Amino acid sequence: MTSRRVFLRNGGLALLSLGFAPTFLARTAAAASTRTKLLIAIFQRGAVDGLNVVVPCGEREYYRRRPSIAIPRPGDGTDAALDLDGFFAFHPRLAPLVSLYRNGTLAVVHSCGSPDSTRSHFDAQDYMESATPGVKSTNDGWLNRTLRAERTTDASAFRAVALAPTLPRSLQGSAPALAIGQIGQFGIHDGASGAMLGTSFEEQYAAAADSVLKGTGQEAFEAVTMLKQANPMRYQPAAGGNYPPSAFGQALKQIAQLAKSDVGLEIAFAETGNWDHHVNEGSTQGLLAARLDDFGRGLAALVADLGERMSDTVIMTMSEFGRAVSENGNRGTDHGHGNAMLVMGAGVKGGHVYGRWPGLSQEALYDGRDLAVTTDFRDVFAEVVTRHLGVKDASPIFPGYAIARANQRGFMS
Amino acid sequence: MPARSDDQTIVHVLNRAGFGPRPGDVAHVREVGLAAWIDQQLQPERIPDRAVEARLRSYETLDLSSREIAQQYFLPARQARKAKKARGAEEPNGGEAETVVGPNFSSAGSAGPSADAMSPGINRARQVLVELSAQKIVRAVYSDRQLEEVLTDFWFNHFNVYAGKGLTRVFITEYEREAIRPHLLGRFRDLLGATAKSPAMLFYLDNARSADPRLARELEARERRGGRGQKGTEKLRRSIPTGINENYARELMELHTLGVDGGYTQQDVVNVARAFTGWTIAGPRKADAGRFVFNPRMHDTGEKVVLGHRIEAGGGIEDGEQVLDILASHPSTARFIGTALSRRFVADTPPASLVERATAVFRQTGGDLRAVTRAILTSPEFFAPESYRARVKTPFDFVVSALRATGADIRQPVPLERTMRELGMPLYFCQPPTGYKDTAEAWVNSGALINRMNFAVALAANTFRGVVVSDPLPERNQQDTETAVDVFLNGDASDTTRATIQRATTAAQVVALAIGSPEFQRK
Repeated sequence: MTSRRVFLRNGGLALLSLGFAPTFLARTAAAASTRTKLLIAIFQRGAVDGLNVVVPCGEREYYRRRPSIAIPRPGDGTDAALDLDGFFAFHPRLAPLVSLYRNGTLAVVHSCGSPDSTRSHFDAQDYMESATPGVKSTNDGWLNRTLRAERTTDASAFRAVALAPTLPRSLQGSAPALAIGQIGQFGIHDGASGAMLGTSFEEQYAAAADSVLKGTGQEAFEAVTMLKQANPMRYQPAAGGNYPPSAFGQALKQIAQLAKSDVGLEIAFAETGNWDHHVNEGSTQGLLAARLDDFGRGLAALVADLGERMSDTVIMTMSEFGRAVSENGNRGTDHGHGNAMLVMGAGVKGGHVYGRWPGLSQEALYDGRDLAVTTDFRDVFAEVVTRHLGVKDASPIFPGYAIARANQRGFMS
Repeated sequence: MPARSDDQTIVHVLNRAGFGPRPGDVAHVREVGLAAWIDQQLQPERIPDRAVEARLRSYETLDLSSREIAQQYFLPARQARKAKKARGAEEPNGGEAETVVGPNFSSAGSAGPSADAMSPGINRARQVLVELSAQKIVRAVYSDRQLEEVLTDFWFNHFNVYAGKGLTRVFITEYEREAIRPHLLGRFRDLLGATAKSPAMLFYLDNARSADPRLARELEARERRGGRGQKGTEKLRRSIPTGINENYARELMELHTLGVDGGYTQQDVVNVARAFTGWTIAGPRKADAGRFVFNPRMHDTGEKVVLGHRIEAGGGIEDGEQVLDILASHPSTARFIGTALSRRFVADTPPASLVERATAVFRQTGGDLRAVTRAILTSPEFFAPESYRARVKTPFDFVVSALRATGADIRQPVPLERTMRELGMPLYFCQPPTGYKDTAEAWVNSGALINRMNFAVALAANTFRGVVVSDPLPERNQQDTETAVDVFLNGDASDTTRATIQRATTAAQVVALAIGSPEFQRK
């Protein structure tokens, strides 16, 4: 169920259909190769508690250290963890993702993270988005460097899109990337003037002597034109695409819409917040559970909605660090270290929890309190970038870090 | 100074030494004389500024100390949150000091309450940052001390702190008011010292909790002897600083003084960090709570070698002062600051001749910022044709220049704060210590350009919430293409831009097309 469009070179793009029921239109030869590999990066800002997301039910220490917030073992009551491999289990609110795990779509990489010891959200997010832990002077983000690693002469205005009001650090850099808060609102809000102002601005920028403004202006208007005929209110997700009504759900829905409309989307970015559960985290119910409900439903809807487009797509989740193993004095958790990442889609050998699990004994803990990091997050990023996006040499994307297949966990075929 | 100061030159100066002309500004500078105007701007204390004072009178927080801000604005918010929690209500932000309302970390994807729906207690906390952002915009738009506003923006950014990090937002109002603004045209060493001692900087770059490891060891030993309970020890251990934190030391050299290639080593970073141990913030229960204090128990008194200078053992606060003296007088600092100021006023890649001169003036005057700024603003490079329109306006430059050019009246500042976020430059919320970039490629991206155009359309049509534009084209006739091009674009527009403006049928359209044009994005 794909929508097609007529692609006009040299002077604009006419988008005739965006996500409606199947409408077949002739594709010009020029548009034949616009189906691209897609990476969807999802950042959980605030340090999600990975130990309560992918629960190490086989660890006695987990239960000893979390008397009020541990997730019950599978089978222990009606609202218990959902078994994955006999040792790990999903938080029950991630029920929509269990079938994806079982059918091999989804893999988990546990105890991932950064070699840097910072427990500052801001610094750690900065380090993860620049993929240069410990270095604050990096100018660009790893996803922007990924765009530059695969140089194309024919880049679509929608090559990289963040569904966010400002461009995230990961996408900052010299390669063009769009930050769109709502695709339905992306354009010139002419009001009473009708389309006159938008057209006029477009002409001005096309004629600008200034090459920087001219080039960027042209990209902007290309994107606006492509979206002009989109009507997200009428967008019908595919069967199973039951997105939660949250901003996160709506962001994922728009990513799917862009992905399915063959606008040349290669990298998409969405973020979700409010994971910083220092107080009253809850267990199977409560604050974290509510967030995971949104998270799980959103991801499951995205996968269902993308449908056969999933054969070109990888979705990867990340968070700046995990949370301490022991609960604190406020029935919550403090900042930690190692965390779990989820990877789903094309080429993913799902149905397995990857990574070297270090255990939760006192000696195994980082700084005596946190899940240790046994897989550098850059190795997870690199595996996706090389195996899925086909980047041959990932070293420029990860300056100062040696990329080696041997360090990768093998979740991609 | 140029041989003649025609209107184009005047507008160039108003765009660089200020935030662009308001109606009547060009005539005023013509009357006063360009050289005299620049002179006046270099002595801002002599320029009366009643309009701004009047506009800021209703802002309660601007003159408060950090302690008063904490007690009157943040404590009530914390208490409100605690009360909410006690009632069992959902806690969208976790309620911790580090959890903040800010662009990178706010409720993306959550079902949390909007700012308007927040309880009055929490609204009060936000008021501090709303007023801070508002005063920055109001001053830039209405102040006659335009150069002072440009320099405040520059130097705050040079010594950037991020309001989103924990307690920084409690300290930041005082920071801009007392550490930055008073020193813009004074000695660099004084500016440097003021930022080094500011609680905002001490907190943001973690120096407040950087301590000689012996302190932690002493306390641990005492606990072992004293036999405190397990819980007490752990709680204490988490609150006392466990060692030296190099964050400030590194940024002090890399970003504030020498520059990344300025010739310091990792060992210098370590020793500078050691020198600043003890430079911290008095705790909430102290008499001088929230102010700078030197805590000798945290201080590493050993001998240190910094950039080849030996700092004797046994020193106290003077170790840090000595480091600041060394850095302020280092030749790399003169060059780093000379380059940064030249970039700001002249071009993204400033001419080498200008950088040399600015550097020399810095060195010769011992870091007299008035002299360096004057040297740049009166230099041939500043007035050279290549400098004209050479810089792209940052989102702040753009918004302020648009408000000035249209004679806008700011009634409610909050929507403008939101615009700054949408344009990618949330005020006081630049997260890394590097501050916002001062060059074009940072600001020119497709989404931001579209947003600038939308701002132009709404402002010109008088539909931008909180701002009143009663007459968008106040000078001469309306719907006069040449007037619009003159007034907004300094007489300088492409034929296409002129043609689009000509096609417009209302004053609002004319002005929108002028302000949203590629020409207006440059200064």
